[in-house]
Amino acid sequence: MNLKRYLSLYAVLWKNSVAREMSFKGNFLLWIVVELLWFGLQLCFVTVLYSQTAAIGTWTKWQMVLLVGASNFIQQLYQAFFLTNCTNLSELVRTGKMDFFLLLPVNTRFLVSLRVVDLGAFVNALFAACVMTYAALKLALHPTAAQFTGFAALCATGVMIHYSLMFILATICFWTVRAQGIVWGYYNLFNIARLPDEAFRGAFKAVFTFALPVLLVSNVPTRVLADKVTSPGVWLLLLGLGVVWAGISEWFWRISVRRYTSASS
Amino acid sequence: MKKYFYVVGIGLQNNLQYRFNYLTRTLFSFIPLFAMLSLWRTIYGNDRGGEHGGFSQAQMIFYYLLVAVVDVLTAVNEDDWQIAADIREGNISQFLLKPVDYLWYRLSLFASGRIAFIAMAAVPLAGFIFCYRQYFLLPPDAPTFGLFLVSLVMTALLQFFISFGMAMLAFWLLEISTFIFILFAFEYLASGHLFPLDVLSPGVKHILFLTPFPYQLYFPIQIYMGKVSGAGLWQGLATQCLWVLAAYGFARFMWRRGLRKYAAFGG
Repeated sequence: MNLKRYLSLYAVLWKNSVAREMSFKGNFLLWIVVELLWFGLQLCFVTVLYSQTAAIGTWTKWQMVLLVGASNFIQQLYQAFFLTNCTNLSELVRTGKMDFFLLLPVNTRFLVSLRVVDLGAFVNALFAACVMTYAALKLALHPTAAQFTGFAALCATGVMIHYSLMFILATICFWTVRAQGIVWGYYNLFNIARLPDEAFRGAFKAVFTFALPVLLVSNVPTRVLADKVTSPGVWLLLLGLGVVWAGISEWFWRISVRRYTSASS
Repeated sequence: MKKYFYVVGIGLQNNLQYRFNYLTRTLFSFIPLFAMLSLWRTIYGNDRGGEHGGFSQAQMIFYYLLVAVVDVLTAVNEDDWQIAADIREGNISQFLLKPVDYLWYRLSLFASGRIAFIAMAAVPLAGFIFCYRQYFLLPPDAPTFGLFLVSLVMTALLQFFISFGMAMLAFWLLEISTFIFILFAFEYLASGHLFPLDVLSPGVKHILFLTPFPYQLYFPIQIYMGKVSGAGLWQGLATQCLWVLAAYGFARFMWRRGLRKYAAFGG
């Protein structure tokens, strides 16, 4: 069974990652602290913003905390599974280590995308979930099972969108070799994913909603959870764009790998 | 002195190789900047014509534009990573033998890095500011602008010396990026990167001004916008100068202590 084979392969990759992380325990813990600090910084920013205003569009303070929490939750999950792998891709191409992955009798994209698991990010996702719970209590929300399921599904879609977009950026390295800078540029998009959609208008909003849907990625799941969904159109759009971007990234990956010319061998 | 000018020249040539990288980085950084401006516009739109922390809407937008400009002019780019790598890989051994001081050498490279970055970022940044030209404000008068430039140079020196001192941790530790990111988080908040410090309560602002962070970005902007003048201005400049000297002392101290520990791997 193919799926079973891949699952057992993935289990081995997990074991490797755990072993790797545990050999630098201090560093592992420090990275969690770094991420926590930056998360705290975003929450600080929300507090400061709402010391100046009562609402941004229709978003109240605790709704925005929920949004920042959800955005961090999605980002951390993405980071746990994919980030390190996406940033490493250009290094594999530059040094020619890609040869090794192409020769293995496994789907290359599977290996290249999921090879390393960042365990600390799971811990930080948990902190984000705690902040979201606190915000939900403050808002006196009582999500139904359907809302929870919808939220989880949309978060998963969000992770896939971040992955598809960043993988496309990483794949550019087959064309220019030095793509690491481009990949880090994506961090700027994470920055806007945590802002309320109603703060934007015009072309900017259109681009980051319909083309690069980062304004949907955390806004839509938060709206589902906070009873703020105005029309089912938004989550259909998020799901639809998730499928479209996954398709584009697979297509781009296939035409890019063909250009691989293997360095130094 | 002349030898360091050569270093600047060589550094310039090296850095210009990455011009495409610099350009994309600048363009990408406009996205969150634009988002921030939209966010504040929405907040100001809520309460038509109000002020926040003594900032009108135009001043608030101009504040963030100035943050972008001062950042391009003074921020440490990859210098700390490179210095740490030099130590880890034993590249600094040669400087212990040559009549070149490593700190001044790195400062020259920092200067050349800034010049190259400015050369690449100037056009897109000017374009961005041009789109917001209605918010662009001139400094109150020529002397103020002069003092702004003085403060700007000190800002750059402060940024560099602190980064240099932090990079010295590489003498003791294998991985120093976590420490750099932790410091960066504090800088990001307390230097006024995220929001002008005036929106904070006076007590918090006062405490922040006891740290070097506001002098790494916020203070020169305050001068330019005419938010500080008279005795406060001179006192601020003196404090900034003291922080630069302290940071220089810190960098030198860390370098000397580090060398005692240095084992010249791979050198």
